[in-house]
Amino acid sequence: MGIDLLNRVVRSGGLVGAVWLCSLGTALAMPPIQHWQTTNGARVYYVPAPELPMVDIRVVFAAGSVRDAGLPGLASMTNHLLDKGAAGLTANDLAARLEGLGAELGSGSLRDMAWVSLRSLSDAALLEPALEVLQQVLGQPDFNALDFERERERTLVSLREDEQSPSTIAEYRFYRVVFGEHPYATRPVGDAASLQRMTPEDIRAFYEQYYVAGNAVIAIVGDVDRKAAERLAERIAGALDDGKAAPAVPVVAALEDASEERIFHPSTQTHVRMGAPGMRRGDPDYFPLYVGNHILGGGGLVSRLNEEIREKRGLSYSVYSYFSPMAQDGPYVFGLQTRNDQLDEALEVMRATLKTFHEEGPTEEELVAARKNITGGFALRVDSNSKIVEYLAMIGFYMLPLDYLVTFNARVEAVTREQIRDAFRRRVPVDHMATVIVGGEK
Amino acid sequence: MRVVLIVVLLLCSQLVLARGAVHEYQLDNGMKLIVKEDHRAPVVVTQVWYRVGASYEHDGITGISHVLEHMMFKGTKNHEAGEFSRIIAENGGSENAFTSRDYTAYFQRLEQSRLPVSFELEADRMRNLQLDESEFAKERKVVMEERRLRTEDKPTSLTYEQFQATAFTSSSYRNPTIGWMDDLENLQLDDLQVWYERWYAPNNAVLVVVGDVQPDAVFKLAKQHFGPLKPEQIQAPKPRIEPPQPGQRRITVSVPAEVPYLLMGFKVPVLGTAADVWEVYALEVLSGILDGGDSARLTRELVRGSQVASSAGAGYDLYDRQTSLFLIEGTPANGQDIEAVEQALHEQIRRLQERPVEAGELARVKAQVVASDVFEQDSIYYQAMQIGRLESVGLDWSLMDEYVERVNAVTAEQVQAVAKKYLVARQQTLAVLDPLPQDPGKKPRPATPGDGHGH
Repeated sequence: MGIDLLNRVVRSGGLVGAVWLCSLGTALAMPPIQHWQTTNGARVYYVPAPELPMVDIRVVFAAGSVRDAGLPGLASMTNHLLDKGAAGLTANDLAARLEGLGAELGSGSLRDMAWVSLRSLSDAALLEPALEVLQQVLGQPDFNALDFERERERTLVSLREDEQSPSTIAEYRFYRVVFGEHPYATRPVGDAASLQRMTPEDIRAFYEQYYVAGNAVIAIVGDVDRKAAERLAERIAGALDDGKAAPAVPVVAALEDASEERIFHPSTQTHVRMGAPGMRRGDPDYFPLYVGNHILGGGGLVSRLNEEIREKRGLSYSVYSYFSPMAQDGPYVFGLQTRNDQLDEALEVMRATLKTFHEEGPTEEELVAARKNITGGFALRVDSNSKIVEYLAMIGFYMLPLDYLVTFNARVEAVTREQIRDAFRRRVPVDHMATVIVGGEK
Repeated sequence: MRVVLIVVLLLCSQLVLARGAVHEYQLDNGMKLIVKEDHRAPVVVTQVWYRVGASYEHDGITGISHVLEHMMFKGTKNHEAGEFSRIIAENGGSENAFTSRDYTAYFQRLEQSRLPVSFELEADRMRNLQLDESEFAKERKVVMEERRLRTEDKPTSLTYEQFQATAFTSSSYRNPTIGWMDDLENLQLDDLQVWYERWYAPNNAVLVVVGDVQPDAVFKLAKQHFGPLKPEQIQAPKPRIEPPQPGQRRITVSVPAEVPYLLMGFKVPVLGTAADVWEVYALEVLSGILDGGDSARLTRELVRGSQVASSAGAGYDLYDRQTSLFLIEGTPANGQDIEAVEQALHEQIRRLQERPVEAGELARVKAQVVASDVFEQDSIYYQAMQIGRLESVGLDWSLMDEYVERVNAVTAEQVQAVAKKYLVARQQTLAVLDPLPQDPGKKPRPATPGDGHGH
């Protein structure tokens, strides 16, 4: 339901989508990943999970905002409209069919990828009709002009809502500054001007190019055997044109200078985002950077930044750093928020903490503790079907090796202090970072 | 209709498979332990629920339960500040805590063999917390930052806070969980000490464990760690029953913002207070009719149909501890004003009162409830939450097993009956967020394209 009734207050500074950003270890409770291709070229990743009578399906396309090609919001709007009318059925019809089966359809898009997901009970009498709706949504979207106009108007309202949030303003501006002319720079949801320019024809063309089997990854987890999973995958891919894979994402350029930008917002707190292009999925420096950042600002309630900013000085509720690895170098982000008059102190401590870590690297104790946390917690990261299906989609989308999960802990264990120090020196440009500051006056 | 009926029957037949066994134990010191087995993955979640939260607080110390929750990470006789989190992290765990109006809960997620680590630490801080003045001074600042982040700088949260304070007069639900800023500023270490001693005891706690465990072994381990803890005389909070509302209440919140917003609520019973239990489940179905998915009325008719709203929602929580609110909210579409949204929402309510909901709608709500009940078994954390939430407000965990059956028994006439009885102006509170310009140099953006706001 739409309203958060629990009105809960949580202690942690966990504003970061930790599961997606973190990685995994071993001690697999999960059977090995099975992989094949459908006859028309979609890549399939499957793990059986017979314990619960349900199935999770996630269909991912290289159809994120990096493909917007000068019309920001195009990828996002295309994805958003898929279930707003398909095969001649209205959004109401489609939703009513699924909800009458108890099935849940989801969709979303980011910079690299766009996806549609289906969660259904596995009983064929329920799964079959739910799958039919999934096929219609993926393969026969209508992109009616009226639906498009309504959803565009709604998006314009949500863009204005974003302007109420200093955190969101900082986030979008940060990407703009860090990525400059690269397509990662724009906000995936688009902006008012581009949305006004957009037409249903643009959307149809985008859909026809990118929502194709050759550009799709299908992840399946649940109470279906291999044969049934193969049939499911064939039917899903069969709803799509064959097509071909999207071209590679252009390389991200490093920042040439440091920058700092201040934006006024009538808030009691000032929000900070600082960082630079970081690393990509499958990056040769992935493990030293990941483990190093875990120590510096990624380890939840235990990290250097949390210790210095929150525990020692009480300056911020949430302070963090994270790499967001993408097809090309995604950002390395540092963030906090503090009462307006404490900004200078908080920023100084954050920069000093990074600088010290950059020069000295972690201590042996810190490295040992981080290794234990990451490897000892592996089982938690794949303890539900919903988590496993997301990992399958990620592994498939970024073409990581199938044994990625199996070898993960060993690769974390192998990281040394010197490797972290070396990787941070080469890859984290402490003197060429962009800082975006959004908040009120002291 | 026949098709829908078959689907519901099919859905029901799936249920039996999904259920893990639940075991309940009681320690000699009064602590309750509830264990649910789920052997799908070698993991375990531990949650310690205390029966205390913002609704237990009196004026002047609002937010104290939540501040105390923060201080629970700041050291005991046996572990220094921050050590709790370091030990959990080194064991590969993740942990946190949360405070609501009705409870305060602490949790760890661990690989299953590390369960003793969590029990040792939780038992220790249940009775041995050492409240330190300098740690408190820093943590209070953190909580004030949290309040700025969550409420002060979020126009819709600020509206919600003012709305609650208007809807309730005597009931402690009028106070925000995070506390009023001035109360946070004036909180003393002694206040926390008193609060801790009053509520943190084994006989005011429920320990919930879900995961790859053997229940009897968990009981043995619990006896070992929590068994020696001394109970307290727990004095129940004053009832503070909300008096009948004498008429509609309406407020405006004028703060810098971009988009207007409307929130309305009606006083309604909850499972723990209802004279007729069916009413609670009928309200639950009513909420589903309005906002249970993309085919439900608010999205179908207001967002996509008349397009008066950009978004709209409804919500109700039958597991609240005290008389609560049935909430309905809406944001105007571009070019629409807040009055139009209010009218459209009231029209929706009138229709619910005048005509029984259609059989197809009712069947969809029920189908979703039945399927969700299976889907929820995918998360051991969620399973533990369900048990803890019920127990923490004095309801028996086994009520969750009745949920699907009770919802399935609700009729269209019952939905109409609760709409008539509760969704009435006399019991209604309305709050409107009326945006002021965010940039002082800029002209205000009109919340209504016409001539002002008639409220």
